[in-house]
Amino acid sequence: MKKTGAQILCESLVKEGVEVIFGILGGAVLPIYDTFPQYPQLRHILVRHEQGAAHAADGYGRVTHKAGVCIATSGPGATNLVTGIANAYMDSAPMVAITGQVARAVIGKDAFQEMDITGITIPITKHNYLVTDVAELAKTVKEAFHIAQTGRPGPVLIDIPRDVQQEQTDFVYPDKLDLPSYKVVSRGHSAQIKKAAKLINEAEQPVILAGRGIIISQAYDEFKEFAEKAQLPVAHTLLGLGSFPGNHILDLGMLGMHGTPCANMAVQNADLLIAIGMRFDDRATGNTSEFAPHARVIHIDIDPAEIGKNIPTEVPVVGDIKSVLTALNEEIERREHVDWLSQIEQWGYEHPSLEIRLSDELLPQYIVHQIYEATQGDALVVTGVGQNQMWAARYFIYTKPNSLISAGGLGPMGFELPAAMGVKVGCPEEVVWCVAGDGGFQMTIQELATISQENIAVKIAIINNGYLGMVRQWQELFYGRRYVDTKLWNPDFVKIAEAYDIPGLRVTRREDVIPAIQKAMEDPGPFLIDFLIEPEENIYPIVPPGESLARFFEPSKPEVLEENLKNQLQNALQNAKKVKNKTPITKS
Amino acid sequence: MGGKLTNTEHTLVALVEDKPGVLNRIASLFRRRSFNIKSLAVGGSEQPGLSRMTIVAVGDFAQIEQVRKQLDKLINVVKVSDITEGDMVARELALIKVKATASTRNEIMQIVDIFRANIVDVAPGSLTVEVTGDEDKLDSLLGLLRDFGVKEISRTGRIALTRGSSS
Repeated sequence: MKKTGAQILCESLVKEGVEVIFGILGGAVLPIYDTFPQYPQLRHILVRHEQGAAHAADGYGRVTHKAGVCIATSGPGATNLVTGIANAYMDSAPMVAITGQVARAVIGKDAFQEMDITGITIPITKHNYLVTDVAELAKTVKEAFHIAQTGRPGPVLIDIPRDVQQEQTDFVYPDKLDLPSYKVVSRGHSAQIKKAAKLINEAEQPVILAGRGIIISQAYDEFKEFAEKAQLPVAHTLLGLGSFPGNHILDLGMLGMHGTPCANMAVQNADLLIAIGMRFDDRATGNTSEFAPHARVIHIDIDPAEIGKNIPTEVPVVGDIKSVLTALNEEIERREHVDWLSQIEQWGYEHPSLEIRLSDELLPQYIVHQIYEATQGDALVVTGVGQNQMWAARYFIYTKPNSLISAGGLGPMGFELPAAMGVKVGCPEEVVWCVAGDGGFQMTIQELATISQENIAVKIAIINNGYLGMVRQWQELFYGRRYVDTKLWNPDFVKIAEAYDIPGLRVTRREDVIPAIQKAMEDPGPFLIDFLIEPEENIYPIVPPGESLARFFEPSKPEVLEENLKNQLQNALQNAKKVKNKTPITKS
Repeated sequence: MGGKLTNTEHTLVALVEDKPGVLNRIASLFRRRSFNIKSLAVGGSEQPGLSRMTIVAVGDFAQIEQVRKQLDKLINVVKVSDITEGDMVARELALIKVKATASTRNEIMQIVDIFRANIVDVAPGSLTVEVTGDEDKLDSLLGLLRDFGVKEISRTGRIALTRGSSS
């Protein structure tokens, strides 16, 4: 029986196990939308802006490990997807983006809402297609899902002219793929694995750099066994948080620009780095010429192009992390590194940046930590970009696998709300907290309507400092406190939520934080809390751009209070005030 | 090792699918990652549906290795190798339109003979020379012909294959 292109698309999506599509319609996708009622198993969630659709599909893909699907019309619909597609590309999130295109006869004629979206998305997709023959459509969808979900995942875009959606042909979903040039390495080379094991067995001061590749490969158990067997301390990239229990004795937290001092010091003093599923991003390495000067480097990654891209590698192992670690666990010896771990602990003690200073002010670190306490880590945290993201990364303890969903590579403000929506739709049983900045929140605020319409129970914590906070921090530290255009006039976010029929609360005092979080958790639906925090609070430590990881700024220790220093409370608070008004102290 | 850090010319040979947009993907990748292409030549290969592309790129060993790996990730690229280090046959073709008068015509033809090049078009004021060889040969001929006045040049860029029976 003949089917239309639109029907073939839907049939193919069903064959691929798609359950949810995020999208918004327009002229060039009308035939597809017109077909949706015939496929009730495909749940369509109507977003309010295409960027929201792409971020939602991205979040959905990251937590389900299946390609998230978004759909948009031609021209502006397609270009509005671009930020979300680029973000998925940078963070290796599986996604299939479907765009309508003008009819074939007018392609290239600058028709109304015509845009060369395949041309535009070449550098930000793993692959893309313009389908000019309906007979190619089923095959294309099959390839797209395969490419998006295998190897190093990423977004694939399929552009379908409107008349191709209407054209009819016999529907046969291909059993086999015809992709001769697309090969995915799964198992690592055994000789390389043996070489890696030898270095690990011989190392005295090893450190693991854990990236999101471990999460993508779902190698949590293998990774834990690996770290424990050879007693290897674990430093994470931002997106590697959630690959290893954050409360484990071997866990050092995040490395890099806003990394923990113990992670950064460990890396700079290591004799061996075992980089797993990470790509030596500049935010993680600092100045690469001074990065880990004493370390030999093992790099395990599924993407051969990542090997040696930023950091010279002595032993590369290309393969799926789960498979490589399983093999490595057979080869490595049970080791202890007591002296090394004590040294790292000492650095942690000297620079206790995880402690939250006692203050009457409403501090973001405290808020994030209370969300952790309230959920006991049994939640998925979706962040925006900027200070809110760094506080969320540092002060929530990621004990649950894949529990941090954040935009690491591209860093698009406004990721948080639509991504949280996608995460909650993908994992309806999980508690989902959206940690937003007041700046980024307003970049995709329209998705409150989607959340309300679909009753998506995300809990939104706006970390509201009335600034584009991270930029303000840079202006403070590196541009002589000249706060040019970072101060924001903000609307009343609680009233905004109310207008969208979402309950909300404003919190201005420390003592109201826990009750507000409790109230949000008790509410069965979406809930918004607007936390008005200390406006000029900074995220520390900070490694200035272009500097070595060992040279981080942090407030002087008296600002950070320990239980046994309570008698110095008064003194310390004064110091803290001083520190905030001074150039931070350089540690080297 | 020292040589690996210096910028040299590398010859990359890629077997690519003959589909719309493939050249764009490859060119886009070079631009996106700030890799320099010195020349690029593309045409049919021995396999239907596949083209062979010869790219001459300038960079150090690590950069070129990065180019090769990034090219290899493109879905439409079936195979890509850096054949610089091995034994290869590389050729380029040029068409050179040179000014010629009654008094210079003979001299030009002698030079063309020495280089085993051909005259492919004769006009009252010019000769068009076709020459094949490696770039040095083409450059030398061009250097000699410049004295007569070169009106137009069109070069194909390098094409290359590895020597021997392996493919």
